[in-house]
Amino acid sequence: MSDNAKEILKIEHLFKDYDNTPVLEDIDLTVNKGEVVVIVGPSGCGKSTFLRCLNGLESIREGRITLDGEPVDPNNRSIYKIRERIGMVFQSYDLFPHKTILQNITLSPVKVQKRDKKETEKEALELLERIGLSSHKDKYPRQLSGGQKQRVAIVRALIMHPEVLLLDEITASLDPEMVREVLDVVLSLAREGRTMVIVTHEMGFARAVADRMIFMDGGHIVEEGSPDEFFDRPKSERLRSFLKTFDYEG
Amino acid sequence: MEFDAIREYLPLYAEAFKLTVTIGWIGIALSLVIGIAGAFIMYFRIPVLCQITKAYVELFRNTPLLVQLFFIYFGLPKLGLSISSGTCGAIGLGLLGGSYMAESIRSGLFAVSESQKTGAASLGFRRGGMFFYVILPQAVSISVPSVIANVIFLLKETSVFSAISLMDLMFTAKDLIGLYYKTTECLTLLVAFYILMLLPVSILGSIVEKKVRFGMYGS
Amino acid sequence: MRLTEFFGFDVLLKGSNMLRLLEGLMVALKISLISVAISLILGTVLGIIVTFKKPAINAIFRVYLEIVRIMPQMVLLFIVYFGAARAMGLNLTPELSSVIVFSFWGIAEMADLVRGAVTSIPRIQYESSQALGLRTYQTFLYVILPQTVRRIIPMSINLITRMIKTTSLVMMIGIVEVLKVGQQIIEANRKSSPNAAFGIFATVFLLYFIACYPISRLSVYLEKRWSI
Repeated sequence: MSDNAKEILKIEHLFKDYDNTPVLEDIDLTVNKGEVVVIVGPSGCGKSTFLRCLNGLESIREGRITLDGEPVDPNNRSIYKIRERIGMVFQSYDLFPHKTILQNITLSPVKVQKRDKKETEKEALELLERIGLSSHKDKYPRQLSGGQKQRVAIVRALIMHPEVLLLDEITASLDPEMVREVLDVVLSLAREGRTMVIVTHEMGFARAVADRMIFMDGGHIVEEGSPDEFFDRPKSERLRSFLKTFDYEG
Repeated sequence: MEFDAIREYLPLYAEAFKLTVTIGWIGIALSLVIGIAGAFIMYFRIPVLCQITKAYVELFRNTPLLVQLFFIYFGLPKLGLSISSGTCGAIGLGLLGGSYMAESIRSGLFAVSESQKTGAASLGFRRGGMFFYVILPQAVSISVPSVIANVIFLLKETSVFSAISLMDLMFTAKDLIGLYYKTTECLTLLVAFYILMLLPVSILGSIVEKKVRFGMYGS
Repeated sequence: MRLTEFFGFDVLLKGSNMLRLLEGLMVALKISLISVAISLILGTVLGIIVTFKKPAINAIFRVYLEIVRIMPQMVLLFIVYFGAARAMGLNLTPELSSVIVFSFWGIAEMADLVRGAVTSIPRIQYESSQALGLRTYQTFLYVILPQTVRRIIPMSINLITRMIKTTSLVMMIGIVEVLKVGQQIIEANRKSSPNAAFGIFATVFLLYFIACYPISRLSVYLEKRWSI
């Protein structure tokens, strides 16, 4: 747990709906620098939508999201600058199929942040080395396994030097034997003190990586707490029955 | 088969071949320009132009080239718009092809997945950068097979040019058959020259298709 | 000069000119519908035969496809109409020649559509049918065909519009269809309606559009509706 309690991401009274159907209702959440917040909840509870809101990929009906005091608002021109400071990784990897692995990683720092190409490539190679994929740098995404692609997608987000990293069910479409290699990368990022907001269904991983757990259901935050409280002493009935679905002996 | 006749006709066919191929490729180049412009207009839904483009695409995709050529070559001069048969052939082919190309490229643009756009947006791409670095290259790869099919289709369509008295391959063949009745020789040459015109494109097309197929694989 | 005369539409109202044009269109439509019917039936049969993967048949089929892919229908028309008479002493009417050529083309297209649709059915569908004890013909009849029909119908409807458009070529071997009738009307009214060429060809343009547009919309609609 980080001792540094500086607020970085602040969500106040967030409301969001799709075609007049409410998806998120009155969400309040503050994420501190260096903190790892893990959100769990049943499918359709709004957790992915919530994460997309944090990157300005969804317009919101009411409320405020701020990154270090600056508004995260998809209708504001500043959203592009904000997105450079918030990295996001998706369930479907979404690497660019027409670019090699190295090009996938360097495209946005070079084109968006106008950083030096040589230096960016050097940094990209270091990051690839770290996740054990440097020998794949000239391959195309289609030549990699799902787990490898997802690790590249994480590096692609990291190289933008984001202040916050959002991970949206990044292991949900992976074969079981590949889940581990991706989660290990995330765990090492957490140990470095990266600020992350993670949506996942991997309860064991959640418990290992989280500083704070959040349970969402029906567009609300139902319960939040430290991982130990959350998993061992759930307060609400809804969380108890949700956790039970992961427990085959129960 | 009389080889003397073939030797005698060969230069005439070669001349006609040059004319057919030249007008054909000018028409195809024109169709690509029209097609790209049309596809962008439809993709970005530019008001007014978008409706006009859609009407143009439907009109030209649903009528035969022969009829389009007759209208341009014989009809329009009555309103004072006269053009030579060569220009008419190229413009007609360009307009017909433009409607097919626009549709191919447009569907390529729309086939790029929503999640690719979201992925690019989350990396901080602006609209312009996203279009040029992420959407366009993938759209091109998706469109290539149907663009190549269009090119082959358009080269075949050049065979109706003789109807507006262009001295193309068909015209030459029909003319010589009418004059000397050496039907077998004339038809053999006709087929040979059309193979010469289309087989390389067909083979090259399959190679190019395989090279740029990244758009269909996983991301 | 009145506006209709300037644009050459006046000639349509003279005598039975409009009716003659429509009759010309019917000639073209008739040839295309006969060719479509032949193509659909024989093309489906050929397409299914090809999926049995007999090497000799498939090699011939590939050559056949490539011929159709690169030879303009116009060239094929010339070969059949002029060539058959010369080479085999057959005197084919232009109508029969065009039906032969368009069917030759349509059968290849249709067979390729059917082949593509059948082979796109996942392997496991065949395997599970066999596991249930179905014979080969039963697998085709009860499992594969019903699944392919939805993929084939929109594309074969599209083939109809292409067939209709292609029949405009038959005037080049002397069939009096809508374009030819148009030319005759223009000739006959050269003095009284000097601008007839504009009105007539604009009308022919529109007639083809009216014939093809609804069919191609239907094809797009079915493709969207039946896409999996």
